[in-house]
Amino acid sequence: MKMNQAWKKHGIDIKPGTIISGKWHKHRYVIKKKLGQGAVGSVYLCDRNGKQVALKISDKSTSMTMEVNVLKSLKKVQGNRLGPCLLDVDDWEFAQNTKYAFYVMEYLHGETLSSFINRNGDEWIGVFMLQLLDDLERLHQAGWVFGDFKTENLIVLSSPPKVRWIDVGGTTQIGRAIKEYTEFYDRGYWGFGSRRAEPSYDLFAFVMVFLNIYYPKRFDKGSQPKSTLFKRLDDVKQLRMYRNCLKDALLGKYKTSGQMKNEITKTLQAIKSSRKSKRRAGKSVSKGTSFVEAGGIFLIALFYYLSSILLL
Amino acid sequence: MKKGTLKQILLITDGCSNKGEDPAATAALAHQQGVTVNVIGILDDDQTEQPEGLEEVEDIALSGGGVSQLVYKQSLSQTVQMVTKQAMTQTLQGFVNQELKQILGPNQNLEDIEPEKRGEIMEVVEDMGETCDLEVLVLVDTSASMHDKLPTVKEALIDLSISLNARIGRNRFCIFSFPGKRKDIQKVFDWSPKLDSISTVFPKLSSGGITPTGPAIREAMYQFGKKGLLRSLRDEDEPGMEEAWN
Repeated sequence: MKMNQAWKKHGIDIKPGTIISGKWHKHRYVIKKKLGQGAVGSVYLCDRNGKQVALKISDKSTSMTMEVNVLKSLKKVQGNRLGPCLLDVDDWEFAQNTKYAFYVMEYLHGETLSSFINRNGDEWIGVFMLQLLDDLERLHQAGWVFGDFKTENLIVLSSPPKVRWIDVGGTTQIGRAIKEYTEFYDRGYWGFGSRRAEPSYDLFAFVMVFLNIYYPKRFDKGSQPKSTLFKRLDDVKQLRMYRNCLKDALLGKYKTSGQMKNEITKTLQAIKSSRKSKRRAGKSVSKGTSFVEAGGIFLIALFYYLSSILLL
Repeated sequence: MKKGTLKQILLITDGCSNKGEDPAATAALAHQQGVTVNVIGILDDDQTEQPEGLEEVEDIALSGGGVSQLVYKQSLSQTVQMVTKQAMTQTLQGFVNQELKQILGPNQNLEDIEPEKRGEIMEVVEDMGETCDLEVLVLVDTSASMHDKLPTVKEALIDLSISLNARIGRNRFCIFSFPGKRKDIQKVFDWSPKLDSISTVFPKLSSGGITPTGPAIREAMYQFGKKGLLRSLRDEDEPGMEEAWN
C-alpha cells in the first residue's frame, strides 16, 4: 500500500553490524544492509551462520503475522516456487518492553523487470509474460489471488532469467476483499471492476506491470479512465503484438490465467507462421527482416520459457 | 455462526477544533459505547509532517480506540480504506486479546504468544474482519478551509465503498457534515449499503467558519442508536461480538 511517505513514521533503522537474536528460536542474524522499505516494515540483508538471508522487521506485529500466514500457506501449496522461502519467524526484544516482530526469508538476488528488459531487449516480454501467467495459474488454482501485483514486487533472477515474486503480503483468498493494493495496478481505481479477489483481478494488474515498464513514471487516470488506459496501451509499440490479449485482460474477459496464457502463446505462434507464409510469397527484403525479427523473438521466448521450466 | 457488527466513526478534518467539548473526551465516550473513532487529517500541499492544529488528530483516535493518519489529499482514497480496515482489525484483535486474558491470565496478550500460535489466532481475526458486518458513520469537516478538498473526499468515500463492498460481510454507511446549519452536525446521506450515489449530495455542502469537533463526535455517536432502518442488524448484534468467532 503506497502512501505519501513523508509524514509516515520512518521505518526501523538498524545499523549494519547489529546482531538480532530471536526471542523464541534464538537464531542470530547480523545486519548487513537495508534492502528496502515498505508500508509494513523494512527488509535487511543479513548473515545467518555465513549464509545470506533477507530479514523483514516491523513494529506492526499483526500485519507481520498475516504476511507470515500467507508465506506458510503458499509453502504448503507449491513448495517454494511462488514466494520466497520462509526460514524463521520470531520477535526481537532489544529493550525492556520494546519488541519488533521479524521473519526471515531466502535472499533473492536479481534486478527489476524494467532494468532487465531495457538491458536485454523487448523479446523478453513474451518470456516473462508466460512465466508470470504460469505462476499466477498455479496460485489461483490453489485458491489465492496475488492482490498487490506490481513491478516492485517482482524480481528477475539470472541464469536462466526467471521472474520471481518477492513480496506476497497482499495475497488474498479467492472470494474475499483484496487485502493490499496499489492504485495504479488496481482495477477498482480505474473503474474496471470490484476489489473482490478473483483471478481476473491479478490479470488486470499483470497488464499494468507491463505498461509500467514503458511508463516508469506511471500516469494519471484523467476524467475518462478507460479511454486513457486504452490510449496509453495503444501507444506502446513494443506491446503492439499483445495488444488484443492485454485489452481483454483489462476488461476482465479471461476467467483464468491459463486462458490468457493460451492467447499469448497463440499470438507468439501467429508471428512465426506469418513469417513462414510471407517468406513463401517472396515479400520484400525489408518486410522480411521485420518478420525474421518477430520470429526470432518468438523462438528466443520459447527457448527461454522452456529452459526456465526445465531448470526449475 | 452469529456475526457481530463493528461500529466506526470516520472523522475527516483539516484543522483543529475551536468550539465545544474536547474531541478526545467525546471520542473516549464513543469508544465506551462500542463505537470506534478513526481520524484522518488532511494536509495542505505546502504543509510538512508536523503541522500545527493537527496534533489533536492522534489524540482523538487514541481515546476513540481507533486509527489516525495524516495525509496529503492525493493519497486520501488509499488512506481512508486502509484506516478503516486497520481499525477493524484492531477492534477485533482487542476482543481476541480480552478472551486470551481470560484464558491465559491478565498479563497475556497476542504478542506474548509464540509466533506459530499467533498466526493461528490472526487467521481467526482475519476471518472475522472479512465476514463481520460494519457500520461506518463518516463525519466530514466542512469548515471553510475544507472547501477545495471536498471533491477529493467524495472520491475517497466512493472508493471506500468499493473496498468494503468486496468483503463478504455487510456494510452500512452514512455521512454527516459539521458544523451543521443550526445543529452541531447535519445529515448529508442516510444509512445505505453503497456510497455510489453521493455525487449528488456533495456539491450542496456549504462551508462554515467554526469547527465544533467535540460536539460533532458526540452527536455522531447517538446516530448509531437511532437506526430504525437497521433493526435487523441491531438484533443480530445483541449477543455482542464475543459470539462472532465461536
